[in-house]
Amino acid sequence: MQVLIIGIVIGTVYAALALGFSLIWGAARIINLAYTSFYMLAAYFFYVFCSLLGLNILLAIPLSILITTFIGVATYKFCLERIRAHEFVVILVSIALAFFFEECVLSVFGYHYHRVPPLVHGYQELFGVRVLNQYFLAFGFCIALILGLWLFLSKSRTGIAIRATSQDKEVVNLMGISEKKVSLVAIFIGIGFVTISSVVVSPIYVVEPSMWMHPIIMILAIVVLGGLGSLKGSLIAAYILAFSEVAVVNWLPMGDFIKGAVSLLVMVIVLSLRPEGIFGVAFEEERL
Amino acid sequence: MRYFLWRLYRSFEGEVFDIPGRMIGFAGIILLLSAGLVISDPHLIKMLTFAAIFALFAASWDLLFFAGQLSLGHGAFFGAGAYTSAILSLKGGLPIAITIPLGAFTGVIMGVILAIPALRLRGPYLAIVTLAFPVILQGIVFIFPDLTGGELGLYGLTPISDSALVIYYFCLIVMLICVAVIWKLTDTGSRIIRSGIILYAIREDEISARDSGINTVKYKILAFGLSGFFGGIAGGLYAHTMVVVGPSTLSFLFSIYPLIWTIFGGAATIYGPVIGTFILYLLSSQLLAIVPEIRMAIFTAIIIVMILFMPEGISRWTRDKLEITCPRCKIINMRNHKVCRVCDAPLHLEKASSS
Repeated sequence: MQVLIIGIVIGTVYAALALGFSLIWGAARIINLAYTSFYMLAAYFFYVFCSLLGLNILLAIPLSILITTFIGVATYKFCLERIRAHEFVVILVSIALAFFFEECVLSVFGYHYHRVPPLVHGYQELFGVRVLNQYFLAFGFCIALILGLWLFLSKSRTGIAIRATSQDKEVVNLMGISEKKVSLVAIFIGIGFVTISSVVVSPIYVVEPSMWMHPIIMILAIVVLGGLGSLKGSLIAAYILAFSEVAVVNWLPMGDFIKGAVSLLVMVIVLSLRPEGIFGVAFEEERL
Repeated sequence: MRYFLWRLYRSFEGEVFDIPGRMIGFAGIILLLSAGLVISDPHLIKMLTFAAIFALFAASWDLLFFAGQLSLGHGAFFGAGAYTSAILSLKGGLPIAITIPLGAFTGVIMGVILAIPALRLRGPYLAIVTLAFPVILQGIVFIFPDLTGGELGLYGLTPISDSALVIYYFCLIVMLICVAVIWKLTDTGSRIIRSGIILYAIREDEISARDSGINTVKYKILAFGLSGFFGGIAGGLYAHTMVVVGPSTLSFLFSIYPLIWTIFGGAATIYGPVIGTFILYLLSSQLLAIVPEIRMAIFTAIIIVMILFMPEGISRWTRDKLEITCPRCKIINMRNHKVCRVCDAPLHLEKASSS
């Protein structure tokens, strides 16, 4: 039962993170491995504003979200945009950026683990399992984010432009949509996603400089497992991987060490059977 | 004898001294070979040894990249080689002459296993699947702590030699030979070894390569196996130089490092990763001595800025600045020459037409 509930919550969080990532991947065509370092940065800003400066929580949340999103968009504008044509160089630069942020945080705060205050206290009894209220909040927030993104992408003009860009960049330019602007909007939304979920999730985990590494591996696995560009696939893949992770941690001895290994093994097996992901479409190679 | 030497000198003059890129490479090899005699600082020698090992590791990554297969899990080969050498050396008591080749053999097996899912995948899918392998191996290491030492790793291996200088020369020469072999295997102009041009074709357009009658499956498995072989050698050398093998050799970081070094140096060139590794590894170790607290921050900042200015890698950038290919006979010339050194064709055509 505990596995089920925590799996659902963590799966939802992963789903929100993965959706933001695949949005960036689809619209801007960059594999931004620095993506989850904004998750880490937002948690640290939240920690600084809340615990060190003693600001009100309601003020600290929007501040940390805004600052981190601004940093994220700025790194895209100044670093990643000009090398977008070189696919592998983007991977390298985004990894370097992630390490850069990690080291900056490390030199300021050190290796210590920090705790941020939970937004809501207490717990509820649910089917005989004690669940922290923070889990409910994280679940609610991420569900709201996912629904909001879905509405945005299917109803608004900008959302439709983003979907069109992820399908065909050249034709979008021909239709009079500025592909650059669309990419920027997608980056903004994607990084906004990761910072918002960071603020609601960080009270559950500890805040540390290398907290970005596990999520980015999981996100990559989720996005690929679900099939590139398929939001539905990402959602389902997020739950599959989250359940396998939580189950391994709870049921197997030494589960904490091998949780990543088992969920990635699941991914490798699924991809060997279906190379284009669960809901992905096997499209032809792009030719230049 | 004198005639032979004279011929050697003449061929050197044409093939090396007239081409600045090769001149730099030649000078670099001479410099590395003489470094052990000039440098007395044992710390620097140790750093150079590790740089040589990692250069081989990065070159093996580049071999795979040359075939168009982007691997984010190269630590799997390195770790497999390192762990095999360590286990054989510790539990089996075998000498280094056996453990390192067997480590390389494990690397080949890992490469072939990795090739099974990789044959059907491409692009980002492939990258993510390869990313999974070191993590899975790390899980296996944690499951069998009796054999692998678990989280602490294995320590107390036989070192290659007692003298740091001998270790340096051993690693350097192994690295130079292996890189030369990789370079020859990926030589697109070679008439004898065909793998270079075939792997290049697979990278550029796999479907066309298959349609031209190339057995792409065979050559992709070959690329994975060879890459695993050289990665395994690097892992074995690392195990016996470091004397300790821990699960950190399988971490995400170890899979990312060859990517950083190679793309910094110049991807799909084979000599690029070697240059990139030596520059970056020595730079980071020097930064460690000067500014220990913020060295990684400065290091990554330097990488980002350099890459933004030369996205093709440092070796390609330098070559483009120094060399120009003759438009008529395709022979490499220095950029400051006006006419080709062989066929006297004007080199800078755009300039000539505008004036």
